[in-house]
Amino acid sequence: MRKALITFAPCPMPYAPCPMLHIRKKNMKAKHPMTITEKILAAHAGKKRVCPGELLNVRIDLTLANDITAPLAIKAFNEIGAKKVFHRDRVVLVPDHFTPAKDILSAEQCQVLRKFAKSQHLTHFFEIGQCGIEHALLPEKGLVLPGEVAVGADSHTCTYGALGAFSTGVGSTDLGAAMATGRLWFKVPESIQFIYYGKINPWVSGKDLILFTIGAIGVDGALYQAMEFCGETIQRLSMASRLTMANMAIEAGAKNGIIEPDEITLQFIQPRAKRPFRIYQSDKEAHYAGVKEYNTSKIHPQVALPHLPSKVKDVREIGKTEIDQVIIGSCTNGHLDDLRVAAKILKGRKIAPSLRLIIIPATQEIYRQALKEGFLDIFLLAGAVISPPTCGPCLGGHMGVLAEGERALATTNRNFRGRMGHVQSEVYLSGPAVAAASAVKGRICHPEEVVKKG
Amino acid sequence: MKLKGRIWKFGSDVDTDAIISARYLNQSDPKVLAKHVMEDERPEFPQKVRKGDMLLAEKNFGCGSSREHAPLALKAAGISCIVAKSFARIFYRNGLNLGLPLLESSEASEMIREGDQIRVNLTTGEIFNLTQKKKFFAKPIPTFMQELIKDGGLIRHLRKSSRLPEKKRF
Repeated sequence: MRKALITFAPCPMPYAPCPMLHIRKKNMKAKHPMTITEKILAAHAGKKRVCPGELLNVRIDLTLANDITAPLAIKAFNEIGAKKVFHRDRVVLVPDHFTPAKDILSAEQCQVLRKFAKSQHLTHFFEIGQCGIEHALLPEKGLVLPGEVAVGADSHTCTYGALGAFSTGVGSTDLGAAMATGRLWFKVPESIQFIYYGKINPWVSGKDLILFTIGAIGVDGALYQAMEFCGETIQRLSMASRLTMANMAIEAGAKNGIIEPDEITLQFIQPRAKRPFRIYQSDKEAHYAGVKEYNTSKIHPQVALPHLPSKVKDVREIGKTEIDQVIIGSCTNGHLDDLRVAAKILKGRKIAPSLRLIIIPATQEIYRQALKEGFLDIFLLAGAVISPPTCGPCLGGHMGVLAEGERALATTNRNFRGRMGHVQSEVYLSGPAVAAASAVKGRICHPEEVVKKG
Repeated sequence: MKLKGRIWKFGSDVDTDAIISARYLNQSDPKVLAKHVMEDERPEFPQKVRKGDMLLAEKNFGCGSSREHAPLALKAAGISCIVAKSFARIFYRNGLNLGLPLLESSEASEMIREGDQIRVNLTTGEIFNLTQKKKFFAKPIPTFMQELIKDGGLIRHLRKSSRLPEKKRF
């Protein structure tokens, strides 16, 4: 049976989120069953049906670039001979990597973005003060909506799959072309279905589920493929956890990660959406290149060891591992929910004296909310330093670069050799609960060692 | 189109941070990037790499970030072609978009050794090891891609087909 295709019809009022639900072709068996990824791509290529492997010229709803990738994309844009971007509301520039500018060269890169945004009259250029980490900022501002196609010159653009959009990372040349034409070619990816069922253990979040998954399939376990996350556990997951899971699809080599929109998605996106959107769901008979099932009651907090996100272990299996620095933040885990978990653990506690704790709210809004809810005070009293929103330390840029021989535990997404600084430094990855608890203990530990109940 | 070059051999999952560290990404000058390409993986690489040299790797070459600075740095350092068991997808697109030929061949990835002289025929996908006198075949590059490479990358391809902005859609 074909699942209902729900359309949020264009509202009589332009740019007002439309609450009207239109259910089309309900209960009809799909003639050509497709996955959600295939349906979105087909709709954006003007086709009724697409198959994995097919090359499509796809209409793009939104492009994104940051202070590292935009300068090259703008160069490509100019070299193409383009004069105007395809749509000034749909080309987004977010200087978030080396900002607030860490040195003269970084400041000059930001200037390239600023000038381009001005000359092209871009609606969405986020200067620091309004800025945030791009993949937390765009969902927060309602700039990417379910059923859309978004491309970004940043590999973690796959994050928006959590909203039921097709979104993927591309290079700067592709992005330059997309900014100019509003189109890009894609090969339709095969989809793998990841079904999660069972109860969620205390202190387990989307980060643990995705680390566990990458550990199970490897860093190229979903190479060129779409990772479709589903199952009863996913349906219970918060938006923040879903964003975290889709965010790390790239760490398994995937083209995109995607979750079918449901009530939780709509609750999140409806107040934010400024244009109509459409919800797609996979047909029951859709073809998958593989199906993986995970019982989440067996998944406990996870940690990825250096130097690959797939070198994953249950936190209880890690021997005594002392750490020099803990980072809670990034596009993966800088959400308010993540800070809330950290605050719960750090409340009334002090971090180990041998250790540095850096906390980075992902956006200005998250920063404000964290302040309002008293999290920042808890962090400051615990001995943490709070950074303005930036990608900074995640890629060894600034705001917490590691020295030779140092070891960090971070809620970020990559732990490649030298990722956070010196080539002889080490990065361990975890969710915010393990990170906060480990900051108290000075070594990697299960949150239960610090707090009794989850 | 035929290319000849000397092989530098690398392992699995060579990530884009290893190809060019983010500490050099506060600018995008290809010459500067070339000076630091692969230095964390093999410190002697930037000094010893010669124009026309080729890379050979195992699976998932170029995984991680979308930074186009990675293939740009390799190209600027003189790398003429990369043969690997498999490529990470963003790197694959970026490489081709810049006109850097990428070939996938498990056999070649296993059999070819560091320092071997290789001749590659991009049209047929034939890889001939001049040192070992052995022939391998890479997966043929789709016609769509061949045209893109022939035009010298995506920008020139777009210029040629003049696919400039469409009329207002929204």
